[in-house]
Amino acid sequence: MTTHPPALVFDNIHKSFGPVTALEGVSLEIGRGELFGLIGPDGAGKTTLMRILTTLLLPDQGAAQVLGYDVIKQWRNIRREVGYMPGRFSLYQDLSVAENLHFFATLFGTTVAENYDLIRDIYEQLEPFRKRRAGKLSGGMKQKLALCCALVHRPQILFLDEPTTGVDPVSRQEFWQILNRLQDQGITIFVSTPYMDEASLCDRVALIQDGHFLAVDKPGALAASYEHPLYAVKARDRFRLLQDVRQWPPTYQAFPFGEQLHLSTRTEIDPQQLVGYLTQQGHQEITVTPTAPTIEDRFMELMTH
Amino acid sequence: MRQLRIVILKEFYHILRDSRTLLILFGLPLVQILLFGFAITNEIKGAKMAVVDASGDDISREMVQRLTASDYFIYQGRAGSREEVLHLFREGKIKMALFIPPNLQRDFYHGEATEIQLLADATDPNTATTLVNYATAIINDYQLEKLDAQDAPFQIKTELTMRYNPLLKSVYLFVPGVMTVILMLVSAMMTSIALTREKELGTMEVLLVSPLQPPFIIIGKVIPYFILGMVNATLIVTLGVLVFGMPVQGSWLLLGAETILFILTSLALGILISTRTDSQQVAMMMSLMALMLPTIILSGFIFPIESMPRPLQLLSNIIPAKWFIIILRNIMLKGVGFDFVWRETLILFGMFSFFTLLSIRNFKTRLA
Repeated sequence: MTTHPPALVFDNIHKSFGPVTALEGVSLEIGRGELFGLIGPDGAGKTTLMRILTTLLLPDQGAAQVLGYDVIKQWRNIRREVGYMPGRFSLYQDLSVAENLHFFATLFGTTVAENYDLIRDIYEQLEPFRKRRAGKLSGGMKQKLALCCALVHRPQILFLDEPTTGVDPVSRQEFWQILNRLQDQGITIFVSTPYMDEASLCDRVALIQDGHFLAVDKPGALAASYEHPLYAVKARDRFRLLQDVRQWPPTYQAFPFGEQLHLSTRTEIDPQQLVGYLTQQGHQEITVTPTAPTIEDRFMELMTH
Repeated sequence: MRQLRIVILKEFYHILRDSRTLLILFGLPLVQILLFGFAITNEIKGAKMAVVDASGDDISREMVQRLTASDYFIYQGRAGSREEVLHLFREGKIKMALFIPPNLQRDFYHGEATEIQLLADATDPNTATTLVNYATAIINDYQLEKLDAQDAPFQIKTELTMRYNPLLKSVYLFVPGVMTVILMLVSAMMTSIALTREKELGTMEVLLVSPLQPPFIIIGKVIPYFILGMVNATLIVTLGVLVFGMPVQGSWLLLGAETILFILTSLALGILISTRTDSQQVAMMMSLMALMLPTIILSGFIFPIESMPRPLQLLSNIIPAKWFIIILRNIMLKGVGFDFVWRETLILFGMFSFFTLLSIRNFKTRLA
């Protein structure tokens, strides 16, 4: 042994529930200290993969090691070393903030005081509500408390299953800042999310759909690998705009992107060509501007082509 | 063991902070025992009675006095005729009537056959039977007493003694029964619900991904219900003894030990149910259907097992409550020691071991 085993390795993981196939042969290796994002829509297999890696489910096929421990045989070791935050809020609603934290600290054989430096940033925001029942907290606060509870034993690797789903944008942003600080402390983080815009905040991401990894790479590299000319298109009637743009022969793919439409074409086009076409279709206030591809464009391409 | 302690403590928080749980845990036993003790009883007291006395002599008067001196009957007055009595019955004013033929005293002392007629309102057949039995017993008693005093040459006396419960108090029947039902409720149903709640709310996921070994998670969650079961058992026995004068003839130690065994058996059943389902609703339904109903109906608590059809009698053997009720009655009423209940104890212990093994086999260290 010259170095630590990688934080996370899995190879050819298969899992199905009756007739439903959740995972169809996924493989990956994640290094120590990496902030890795698992990006994909609902039902892609994210939670199943999380549960296999946290020893809550057995894979039908394939092998996985967390911190060098086998998920099937050495589940006891893994459960001692990892922090896990399930997708659903899974703390005790009838226990107060402080009681929840104390409970999980004790459960992991430690105390809140011992690892307070790790959770201080987060817990300070919860401090005013320490006597409040967890069930009465706001969505963002609940997530922070859950993160505190998953962190209180200073795990080497943190599994977060959709931690920002159902959380307001400001809290989401804060949450990612917290994750970055934890990463600085040397904790490996494996986080899943359905939000494409969060992908760029990770070191590396895996795009998952229907139990397959479509791509695994750095977010920048994924975006850069998008090869088609891309335009941001805007007009007053967004719904009809999408339909019309999709009918346009040079269109490669088009999908709503925030307020706008992301349109890519098979070959380079003159934006005026499109403006002309749209004006002809009766659209108003048309703008077409070339734009840089994002990871979402790449994902949409991988999903549909 | 700090881990185990915190799980126990947490479960107590859950219990103490949920008013519904508290109500079931402490309100129910209290209400049940008081309800069964005071309201639901198969003794009949103060039944109204009318008398048609055609003799009007000392003997007939004394006999009526005897009847009405007991708690069971209230003298509603003399009636003139059969028609009047029937009318009183129809109006619901009386439950029983007594017809005394003419010349009762003369016939009585001359050893001639006389017939006293009892008429009872059998719209409720159980009450009617009980009333007639009471009246017959009192009249026979009186008759024997009189004959005794006469020093008659031939007489056959039947002396009835109801062993262990001479006054046939129904509370003696209900205290062991209620105790069994409540312990089953607290130990089996409440634990199965508490365990499935963790699964349903997703907290089991977090508990599993922790260094605490899965069996300890279960043990930690179950210990509070064991303690509460003991508290409840104590509460019920205390109420039975203090309020209803229930005797505990046998050893308190043995009573306690047998109660612990039954609580453990019920806990094992509760754990077994929780390994079979992930939903609180299903756990509750399973507990009610598979445990509570048989415990109430087939255990001999309310309906005597001897008068059940054969298949049900056989079925009653697999109900833990049946054996516990037998043990309780033996210890509390008969005052026997372990040498008289070892067989029932062994059966209960067998059930406990069986359910525990089955729970361990069914227990999952993972989610699925």
